[in-house]
Amino acid sequence: MKPVKNFFDSIRPHFEKGGRFSRLYPFYEAIESIFYGPDHVTRQGPHVRDSLDVKRFMTIVILALIPHLIFGIYNTGYQAHLAAGLPLDFFPVFTLGLWVVMPMVLVTYAVGFFWESLFAVIRKHHISEGLFVTCMLFPLTLPPTTPLWQVAVGISFGVVIGKEIFGGTGRNFLNPALTGRAFIFFAYPAQMSGDKVWTATIYNNNAAVDAVSGATPLAIATLTEAPERIEQVLVDSGYSFSQMFWGLYPGSIGSTSAFLCLVGAFILIILGIASYRIILGGVLGVLMTGWLLNLLAGGSSLAWLTLNPFYHLVMGGLAFGLAYMATDPVSAPDMENAKWIYGFLIGVLTVLIRVFNPAFPEGIMLAILFMNLFAPFLDYFAVKTVCKKRIPNV
Amino acid sequence: MKLTRNKTFKTFADPLWQNNPISIQVLGICSALAVTVQMNTALVMALALTFVISFSNLTVSILRNSIPGNVRIIFELSIISTLVIIADQVLQAFMYDISRQLSVFVGLIITNCIVMGRAETFAMSNKPFISFADGLGNGLGYGGVLVLVAFFRELLGSGKLFGYDIVPESFYAAGYENMGFMLLAPAAFIIIGLLVWLQKTIMNK
Repeated sequence: MKPVKNFFDSIRPHFEKGGRFSRLYPFYEAIESIFYGPDHVTRQGPHVRDSLDVKRFMTIVILALIPHLIFGIYNTGYQAHLAAGLPLDFFPVFTLGLWVVMPMVLVTYAVGFFWESLFAVIRKHHISEGLFVTCMLFPLTLPPTTPLWQVAVGISFGVVIGKEIFGGTGRNFLNPALTGRAFIFFAYPAQMSGDKVWTATIYNNNAAVDAVSGATPLAIATLTEAPERIEQVLVDSGYSFSQMFWGLYPGSIGSTSAFLCLVGAFILIILGIASYRIILGGVLGVLMTGWLLNLLAGGSSLAWLTLNPFYHLVMGGLAFGLAYMATDPVSAPDMENAKWIYGFLIGVLTVLIRVFNPAFPEGIMLAILFMNLFAPFLDYFAVKTVCKKRIPNV
Repeated sequence: MKLTRNKTFKTFADPLWQNNPISIQVLGICSALAVTVQMNTALVMALALTFVISFSNLTVSILRNSIPGNVRIIFELSIISTLVIIADQVLQAFMYDISRQLSVFVGLIITNCIVMGRAETFAMSNKPFISFADGLGNGLGYGGVLVLVAFFRELLGSGKLFGYDIVPESFYAAGYENMGFMLLAPAAFIIIGLLVWLQKTIMNK
């Protein structure tokens, strides 16, 4: 490795202040830090208290997301083959999924990297590893039929408006990936909601496309009317609880599998990346709101009210959002009490949006963005409480 | 003396860029969110406001020495509301469709902070002609931002300008979609924010 080190050292002066390519320093820094650990310390949030720096922090999140990507690719192909009535062998299914999903991921990375590096050069900050997490999360939350140009518009909005205008990673108060998704959700509702978008279609001569309606469990649940029970209607439509737990059903590319989210959350908690307070708080919020609504259900025509709250956890993107997006260290609060409240309220809001607002079958995105806005507020009061307790002891 | 060094001209030109009521002072945002979905309404609103603000400045300035200080707000308001009613009636008489689209927002010019602010801070202490120039400049500064925001919102949101289709049919055939978000009020917030950003960047150079 010595020659590599020498090489970097020899060209470093050109990129430093006063050097010929000093404007391109962020690129030099980004490439060098692929080979060697950086020698500078983090000066802005998210702060960490041991050798774990932002780079390793973010890299672990990306590693935890890889299974989601692979499963998402398989699931996309699987649903498309299922809808078209083609055989469900592993390889053709996986190849089709690759063909659908990989362009979205590549477009996201290319466009996201373009904006990040543009801002890095002009504003002279580092190209942050947070970008790679954002760009990994973003396509995983999209329906597989999203047109590529809309993917590009969404990630541009997420990176520029959601993050860069506030000063880059560590200063954004919203989760950039969710900001981008919320933007295209409202900008292009036809491509982001409804029954038709959740299954990639194959244009094949001998296959009948549109044969199976690609309604997601959440959409089915919203359409159900009491006294029918959502659990029963879901089973009739072919979605059992265990199937929704493992994740083989139509939905956003990477967020269908509650099982993988559970594994990912476990890894992130063990390694000290994600806060278990937020995740547990969220799960508690969902379950308690669910049970409370069960108590209120008597005689109402809203089938949602009688739903067993565990179904909320496995349907749609709730698990994914709680495990990877609510725990974003930048936009979540820092104080421990605040984290409990933050997670809990995300769970409560998600269930309330799902149950009482049929226009948004999926509530987790809006719930997380909403609570992101309140994170500084929660921190403020958490700090106040701690100070109040300490002062008599001084 | 060159025109650009003239004091009246400076009073007129200052709110167009340096001291723009929307992008620098951040006043009058409410109507800027509401009427900028289409170019038509934005333009009419801009003209109506320019009319009201310049003539209210003129009238207030003429009467400034005979207005008792402790009831001046009532005075200013009655002048402004007279002008707003005139503007509203003219719109209803000659541009009924646009008047209906603007609905309550023409009437609400009366509460527009820019009008009141200019009458109070400028016209009350300056001579009539220069007050008129100030009103004209502020009205046009406001109107310019309004039209610019409406340009982006109508172009991106419905693919039209002044109600005429601009985005060619072949774009839609190729998969282009109008951005539904642009028709919602938050879009105006984001566009105004981006314009402020752009203006500050240019001004700081």
